[in-house]
Amino acid sequence: MSDILDVARVQVLEQGIGLSQEQLVEVLTVPDDRLPELLALAHDVRVKWCGEEVEVEGIISLKTGGCPEDCHFCSQSGQFTSPVRAVWLNIPELVEAAKETAKTGATEFCIVAAVRGPDPRLMSQVKAGIDAINAEVDINIACSLGMLTQDQVDELKSWGVHRYNHNLESARSYFGDVVTTHSFEERWDTCLMVKESGMELCCGGLVGMGESLEQRAELAAQLAELDPHEVPLNFLNPRPGTPFGDLEIMDGKDALRTIAAFRLAMPRTVLRYAGGRELTLGDLGTREGLLGGINAVIVGNYLTTLGRPATADLDLLAELKMPVKELQKTL
Amino acid sequence: MTYCGRCGRDLADGGHEDCARALALEPPRYCGTCRRRMVVQVHPMGWSARCSVHGEVTAD
Repeated sequence: MSDILDVARVQVLEQGIGLSQEQLVEVLTVPDDRLPELLALAHDVRVKWCGEEVEVEGIISLKTGGCPEDCHFCSQSGQFTSPVRAVWLNIPELVEAAKETAKTGATEFCIVAAVRGPDPRLMSQVKAGIDAINAEVDINIACSLGMLTQDQVDELKSWGVHRYNHNLESARSYFGDVVTTHSFEERWDTCLMVKESGMELCCGGLVGMGESLEQRAELAAQLAELDPHEVPLNFLNPRPGTPFGDLEIMDGKDALRTIAAFRLAMPRTVLRYAGGRELTLGDLGTREGLLGGINAVIVGNYLTTLGRPATADLDLLAELKMPVKELQKTL
Repeated sequence: MTYCGRCGRDLADGGHEDCARALALEPPRYCGTCRRRMVVQVHPMGWSARCSVHGEVTAD
């Protein structure tokens, strides 16, 4: 059998063809002593097919908590005993958050709501927020509002929403262990509608939720099939009161192998560090991931938890001589 | 401060070292004075947590 890193060097680095699900399982089982070689290869793939730039984004929760869905990793579900209380952000606070984000040099600002899908009240608040931000801040606006109807897709696009986030969360074969209130196919359908609309699709998932390595490879392969513009990669941060609240934090080396595997599955995709990296990887691992396939970061805090200071990430990018992508309105 | 901002239990009730470590990466959810659940808003560069009785605390 051929060595998987030799295969990837030809297939992915030279030809730009992502690895298959079966090949990704081999990547995810690369021994620790070959991890530096794997990360170096993933970094070379990233630089060759995406370039040196790193995309910086900030996120904000417009509507926190009280979600009717039961995503087992999420502290915002109203079905669990999580201490997170429901609250809405007002428009001035939203604009202030966009300004704070833009000051870091970020080009993306994502407005997120903990809902199954947007109702008229939420759509109205999102529209008001987008208008207010556009009047004062020069930044691309993304949204993450759950499952959409075609009319809602069309509305968001007409309002100038640049990118829409809707994660697969987990592999199709593990999805039922993570969410029971909606199906993998429902999520997939929203992703397809977003892609077909011309908005950029941001679609990733979480790892470290008890899935097998084969299911981790399956998620990467299913994302590659969907071919999103961006893939945010979250590592489970076990939240108190949720069904996954007592799971162990994912091993750092497994997390790095996962980053490399996702890059080798999707050589041209924006692969973003999302939640959980501070716990799973720490400062050293964050650096290794940026040199192992990652080419985008969420700076500052997340929706209900805190991240590293934005300056820590920006200083690291400067030290690594990775230029921050500049604003370029594409819609 | 009587109650743990993370788990809401009395600070004198067992160890809260894990909670203290966790609070480096998450805002408090319980009021330290009365253990009411607070309304918390996380912003890209900060956070605020409001108790209906004891007012607001922030990251600053």
